[in-house]
Amino acid sequence: MSEASELSAGGTGTMRPPHPLLDIRGLHKSFGTIEVLKGIDLAVSPGELVFLIGPSGSGKSTLLRCYNRLEEASGGSIWFDGQEVLADRIDINALRRRMGMVFQSFNLYPHMTALGNVTLALRKVLKKPRAEAERIGMAALEGVGLAHKAASYPGELSGGQQQRVAIARASALEPGLMLFDEPTSALDPELVGSVLQAMRDMRAAGMTMLVVSHEMRFAREAADRVVFMDGGVIVEQGPPEQIFGSPRHERTRAFVSEVAR
Amino acid sequence: MDRFLDSFLNAKLIATTWPAILSGLVVTIEIAALVVVTGLLLGLALAMVRWRAGRWFAWPLMLFVDLFRAVPPLVLVLLIFFGLPNVGIELPSFAVLWLVLSLVLAAFAEEIVWAGLIAVKRGQHEAARSTGLTETQTLLYVVLPQALRLAVAPLTNRTIAITKNTALGTVIGVPEIINQATTAVSFSGNATPLLMGAFAYLLLFIPIIGLGRLIESRFAWRRQ
Ligand SMILES: Nc1ncnc2c1ncn2[C@@H]1O[C@H](COP(=O)(O)OP(=O)(O)O)[C@@H](O)[C@H]1O
Ligand SMILES: [Mg+2]
Repeated sequence: MSEASELSAGGTGTMRPPHPLLDIRGLHKSFGTIEVLKGIDLAVSPGELVFLIGPSGSGKSTLLRCYNRLEEASGGSIWFDGQEVLADRIDINALRRRMGMVFQSFNLYPHMTALGNVTLALRKVLKKPRAEAERIGMAALEGVGLAHKAASYPGELSGGQQQRVAIARASALEPGLMLFDEPTSALDPELVGSVLQAMRDMRAAGMTMLVVSHEMRFAREAADRVVFMDGGVIVEQGPPEQIFGSPRHERTRAFVSEVAR
Repeated sequence: MDRFLDSFLNAKLIATTWPAILSGLVVTIEIAALVVVTGLLLGLALAMVRWRAGRWFAWPLMLFVDLFRAVPPLVLVLLIFFGLPNVGIELPSFAVLWLVLSLVLAAFAEEIVWAGLIAVKRGQHEAARSTGLTETQTLLYVVLPQALRLAVAPLTNRTIAITKNTALGTVIGVPEIINQATTAVSFSGNATPLLMGAFAYLLLFIPIIGLGRLIESRFAWRRQ
């Protein structure tokens, strides 16, 4: 709560809602008998960039996927922008387009051009006429520096370019929150920078972001908060200096020093 | 050599038989076109319903698919043509051939399209759903186009195979190419009409094969 009020005090002067944009309480998720999320509490304020780190298998992807119900949580509650996400009667498709998601493996549609990828949901979900969808789509591609690749197919683009198209595809829908699941993990090192730059620009534009990533330099520079997860629980969270500089828990310390090597 | 030419390429017989072969070709084309359209559409529809529905649909569907893929089409044609009148349903031979071949093609097409659907990477589906597309929109705009690209070649082969099976119409009296040719053979005692029949099939298939290749190349979008 204090973070939210700080943000609104230091923000552009517009009134921000006092409540978090995303509020998770006691979230549980099991696959069969295996409990993957064991009671997660996490709140993300408007405009905040939260970094989610943790060892492989700790449940980070599952957590993100519960937010837009690509995975159904087994218990707990999720509030997004004043709406109860896990409610039975929610319009899940309307909700999903307001939570952009970027995947490790890009998942661009190979049979459509970059512009086609970006405009599909604009046309079919938001029912924009083609011309308007293409105008918005071109602006989104412009935003990630790829307007000149609008007519290219994913197979003709580098991994970094594909991921930026995927970012444009999500951001063109004007989501209130962007979820990134290891957006740079599948990229060659020399291509990582361009994707991080696109994310930096997004942050500068005021987007609320929840990022699973092990790009520690980026986290130190851009994150408002770092959350360390292990074994389906949040072990520790705090500003990047704390988590990377003087973690309180042994598990955090071990993980951070492992990743920093 | 002369005897060979006389019994396979008898000029006089060609002159008198070609109208019959031509009318057989027209009937074959009519049936083939009807069978291909209804069979492919039905197969596509079944695969799509299977995608959207659960187990309750998959089990009866498997029964239908396996039955129509396993039993020889000739047996099905005879069974329906001679069996249905016993339960009071009289179908003209043309309709029986159309029905049986459509169902056989649909059974194969459903399996081919289904294999294509499940070969599309899971991430495609998730990416589409995460932008707010409905399950049906995801199927139509994202998954199906990729599945059909994989399916075009085997579907073309099946289309050709089922069109050849129109020759089965001859056993129940559909006046298609082979029926016309064998009738002419039995009147003349000469094999020339059969060779003309073979030629008529060539006329029919070359455009179909060409069309298949054209569709395949149109579907071959650039990939990594
Ligand atoms: N669909 C699934 N079915 C069964 N187990 C799963 C499924 N998805 C993830 N898991 C398991 O849940 C655990 C957490 O996975 P995940 O959320 O992908 O972790 P992370 O993203 O932190 O690496 C892992 O042990 C994984 O094997
Ligand atoms: Mg993961």
